[in-house]
Amino acid sequence: MAKIIVVTSGKGGVGKTTTSAAMGTGLALQGFKTVVIDFDVGLRNLDLIMGCERRVVYDFVNVIKQEANLNQALIKDKRTENLYVLPASQTRDKDALTQEGVEAVLNELSETFDYIICDSPAGIEKGAQMALYFADVAIVTTNPEVSSVRDSDRILGILQSKSRRAERGEVVEEHLLLTRYNPSRVEAGEMLSVADVEDILAIPLLGVIPESEAVLKASNAGVPVILDAESDAGQAYDDAVQRLLGKELEHRFLQVPKKGFFQRILGGR
Amino acid sequence: MNDASFQLKGSAVSIVVIELYQFSVDSFAEQLGQKVRQAPQFFQQSPVVISLEKLTEDQPVDFTALLDICREFHLQPMALRAVPEHLVAAARETHLALIPATQRNDTELETPQAEPASSDTQPEVVVKKIVEERLVRRPTKVITRPVRSGQQVYSDGDLVVMAQVSAGAEVLADGDIHIYGTLRGRALAGVQGDTNAKIFCQNLSAELIAIAGNFILSDSLQEKCWQDAAYISLEEDSLQVQPLS
Ligand SMILES: Nc1ncnc2c1ncn2[C@@H]1O[C@H](COP(=O)(O)OP(=O)(O)OP(=O)(O)O)[C@@H](O)[C@H]1O
Ligand SMILES: [Mg+2]
Repeated sequence: MAKIIVVTSGKGGVGKTTTSAAMGTGLALQGFKTVVIDFDVGLRNLDLIMGCERRVVYDFVNVIKQEANLNQALIKDKRTENLYVLPASQTRDKDALTQEGVEAVLNELSETFDYIICDSPAGIEKGAQMALYFADVAIVTTNPEVSSVRDSDRILGILQSKSRRAERGEVVEEHLLLTRYNPSRVEAGEMLSVADVEDILAIPLLGVIPESEAVLKASNAGVPVILDAESDAGQAYDDAVQRLLGKELEHRFLQVPKKGFFQRILGGR
Repeated sequence: MNDASFQLKGSAVSIVVIELYQFSVDSFAEQLGQKVRQAPQFFQQSPVVISLEKLTEDQPVDFTALLDICREFHLQPMALRAVPEHLVAAARETHLALIPATQRNDTELETPQAEPASSDTQPEVVVKKIVEERLVRRPTKVITRPVRSGQQVYSDGDLVVMAQVSAGAEVLADGDIHIYGTLRGRALAGVQGDTNAKIFCQNLSAELIAIAGNFILSDSLQEKCWQDAAYISLEEDSLQVQPLS
């Protein structure tokens, strides 16, 4: 039985797809057979960030409509063992995803995979609700600003009232992933701090991913940022994967990096 | 294995009792209508017992009219209690149960350990007094998880939230509201008009507080007990915020 993880946020552009690609890759690197599914029908971003866009032949909607079988649509990652992508189609309408169809695909994947990661579209409407409906675990991706936190709160409410687990009287495991965290802007009072967000959302903190140029570089190159082991964001995602698997690690990258001696006297950043 | 069709059990239920002093169609209908309008949800399909204990002596009662009026207001008459001699014949016509006058202190209700040892296989039928007369009170609703933005929780009695109420969330109750977490959203107590309703919270950071339709917004709330434990009550049409403890 696979564990189904939804990466969700409410607000758009906060880093869900970046996170899905990184966490999926991280779990696969740990030896778990993992598939990342793009629920963002009509946009199709995941395959770009994972660098497999040229290999898309069939997609999630084809499988749901039984125009192709799962094996035809699943893309095996070239770099990372145990990692697969189920892409979304760019052209089809959003209503192509039916609950029964999604359930059938997840059931089939569950037989052979350890983790199924669902990359949710933005919003709190049908598409996002479809992505979270079957989840056992939610990674609530949040940026340290008021509107993103408010949307995450709403998504948490939907998760615990409209998911399959909620309907069965069970709870969905909740994790907060704070992304695009910029300690100097927090210090300047322009962004909420980790403590502020934890206080408002009151769910356990899985990780803090710093705002990092490495993310943009990685997505342009089509390589999940977690594979950039030198980068702060890559390391922070790696920590988050370890914590998801139960390890206790201290949170890093929360402070403004100390400036070197020369930077200090030159006043540079 | 077990081919018994049923088991007899004694059970005490709370029930609304209409204690009739006198009966005339018009004034009974009018007064009952008033009561029901005050708390329509409370009376919806509520079973009632009509008690004639306090009926003025030798009054005639038109039972058919009486029951029709009750049913019109969505009450469900179940029994007539303490029917005086001269009305017994008419009461039987209603086919409702006729039950004797209450004996106070007749509280041999639920005492399982006091029941005779059931080791002897002799079937034991204990029929207990069903009617327990007291003011019927709606049960308290208890919420253990956070009430999140966009969610709304309503209790037709008191409401206890053992977690936070987020900004953009709303909790409402006919009775009191207790919040053992931070209240950032809206809390409305006494929504059916109970001016005695109160709101208690561990951390007052609310967007709005209301009791029986009187409300204060976040801006005015910040003057007292802001982000602190507080309770709010209604004193002569104005909401009072006071520190807890
Ligand atoms: N930690 C980070 N540091 C810097 N930029 C980031 C970081 N995380 C994400 N971004 C950038 O933010 C943008 C949005 O990221 P992403 O596509 O992962 O978000 P999303 O939540 O999936 O968006 P959508 O809601 O549109 O699906 C991208 O340009 C990405 O490169
Ligand atoms: Mg995305």
